[in-house]
Amino acid sequence: MRSILALALRSLWNRRFTALLTLFAISLSVALLLAVERVRTDARGSFANTISGTDLIVGARAGSIQLLLYSVFRIGSPTNNISWESYREIADHRDVAWTIPIALGDSHKGFRVLGTTGDYFRHYRYARTRELTFTAGRPFEALYDAVLGAQVAEQLGYDLGEPIVVAHGAGAVSFVEHADKPFRVVGILAPTGTPVDRTVHVSLEAIEAIHLGWESGAPLQGLSLPGRDRADLTPKSITAFLVGLDSKIKTFRVQRHINDYRKEPLLAILPGVALQELWDLMAVAERALLAISGFVVLVGLTGMLTMILAGLNERRREMAILRSVGARPVHLFALLVSEAVGLALAGAATGLGLLYLGLAAVRPFVARNYGLYLDIAAPSGYEWSLLGGVVGAAFLMGLIPAWRAYRNALTDGLTVRV
Amino acid sequence: MNAPSPDQSGSPAVELSNLAFRWRGAGPWLLEIEQFTIARGERLFIRGPSGSGKSTLLNLLGGVSVPQRGSLRVLGHDLARLGGSARDRLRADHVGFIFQLHNLLPYLSMVENVVLPCRFSALRRERAQARSGGIEAEARRLLELLDLGGELFARPVTELSVGQQQRVAAARALIGSPEVIIADEPTSSLDADRRHAFLALLMAECAAQGSTLIFVSHDGALCDEFERVVDLDSLNRAAPVEGPRA
Repeated sequence: MRSILALALRSLWNRRFTALLTLFAISLSVALLLAVERVRTDARGSFANTISGTDLIVGARAGSIQLLLYSVFRIGSPTNNISWESYREIADHRDVAWTIPIALGDSHKGFRVLGTTGDYFRHYRYARTRELTFTAGRPFEALYDAVLGAQVAEQLGYDLGEPIVVAHGAGAVSFVEHADKPFRVVGILAPTGTPVDRTVHVSLEAIEAIHLGWESGAPLQGLSLPGRDRADLTPKSITAFLVGLDSKIKTFRVQRHINDYRKEPLLAILPGVALQELWDLMAVAERALLAISGFVVLVGLTGMLTMILAGLNERRREMAILRSVGARPVHLFALLVSEAVGLALAGAATGLGLLYLGLAAVRPFVARNYGLYLDIAAPSGYEWSLLGGVVGAAFLMGLIPAWRAYRNALTDGLTVRV
Repeated sequence: MNAPSPDQSGSPAVELSNLAFRWRGAGPWLLEIEQFTIARGERLFIRGPSGSGKSTLLNLLGGVSVPQRGSLRVLGHDLARLGGSARDRLRADHVGFIFQLHNLLPYLSMVENVVLPCRFSALRRERAQARSGGIEAEARRLLELLDLGGELFARPVTELSVGQQQRVAAARALIGSPEVIIADEPTSSLDADRRHAFLALLMAECAAQGSTLIFVSHDGALCDEFERVVDLDSLNRAAPVEGPRA
């Protein structure tokens, strides 16, 4: 059988132009399949890692996915705010260990500005247990200090000390800016692969301060109130807050307590559950994508089948020669099956190579533009099984030309007049 | 290997009796031979124009087809009683073939082409090794005997002349000293001078190995060099049928 394998390779090499084209098609399709699978799992992983260690997210009563989207992913806007009093009351609940208040609504050049407290840098966790760290600078201390997410700093080319002006509203282009109260960059966070990278962080007091005199929704013309900078800057309301509890066992009790809160309609969600719900919404598209790439592999393998079958007629003499020197029909069967399996193996191997080349090439781009960190790791068990499936499918397809060659071998005899 | 052993050393090389064959077991009989024996070591010329049942006879002798009636013994083994793979093994071990044209696999070198039978037959591999110490050494020895030495080894077989290709095919048929060499029109694509030279080399090597040579051709020009000449037309009692399979 070893010599049959060697013959199959030599025979393929003899037809190397078509064989290489076929190989190319298979490796491209395999690379696509693996890339889709890789992006799918990394996206899911990165998604699930967006927020960790937080037991509850609390916002005004609305849909739980909506709350998750605006509080964690900075997508969309809240329908309503939470009063400062309600927030304080829940934050002082005996089971609550820490809270991170969040105030959204402003932006800087398309990046959301998030008002919070120093607790954000102490308690926020992502990717299970990782903390926010600074590549430069420190958390905000003075009123107009700002801390940038990694992507904000990189994309806008900001460094420490850079003055920035916050715009009112969340759009990329705003006509109303808080130009009279510029911020100063005091810290830049390390990349996290989460929406934190695309956020400008300031203190809650600063959010309050820049909106002084904006009670009507826009600045009052000609009215400057420098004296009020030192006024009471305690916020009147916030957008949402994250809650950490003393003990996870109390999660449902506290959640019920918040959902039944009488003074204001509030909603408390478990981030893990909401993330799962949100991901399930996208699972259909994700599975469709995987199915499509599966079909692409099938197309690649069908190309291989076509090549082998088309070559079969021209190779009747080759088969007859092998028969005359003692090859049994089962040898010819093995010859053609090993051709198919050999092509698929080579295709899978080069496909894997293409995948890693591609990953290495697009990784910085994807990380910068989509905040998705693609992992250049050894193939997972599932990826190995996908590759095994490709080779297995090629084996099954190889049975078709093998069977025909077997039949031909029995009927053609030793003398073929082609 | 459970290949048929060459134990029946006293039996003739080929023995046919009351043999009849038709395509797929139906239609007119293509070959009907009452009695025909080829002795071991004999050099036989079978003359038959196309349509005389020549290919059918070769496929039967090679164990690729089986007669529907009668018996066909090769080296004492009744082919009709052997299974398909046992017949394939018998061919691999004991029969060497040379065809009219396109005998070689274009993607193998000259030596690789010659050693092919040793890849499918342990017996022929052992015999080749016993003779020259290795199958490739034996292939080179045979090729040199057939005037295919030196720089030709390095050349792709597709660049060889037809005559050279036929000699490579002869070396392949001879390697591992099979008991029977069947040559089907091996000289038809050669010019007259080369025919005689080729035949002389082939016969000398068959004699040296003690192989039986069955030479089949429609062209009687080479008859004189054989011990025995048989006309397939007179042997085959089935009506000649014109057609591609005959």
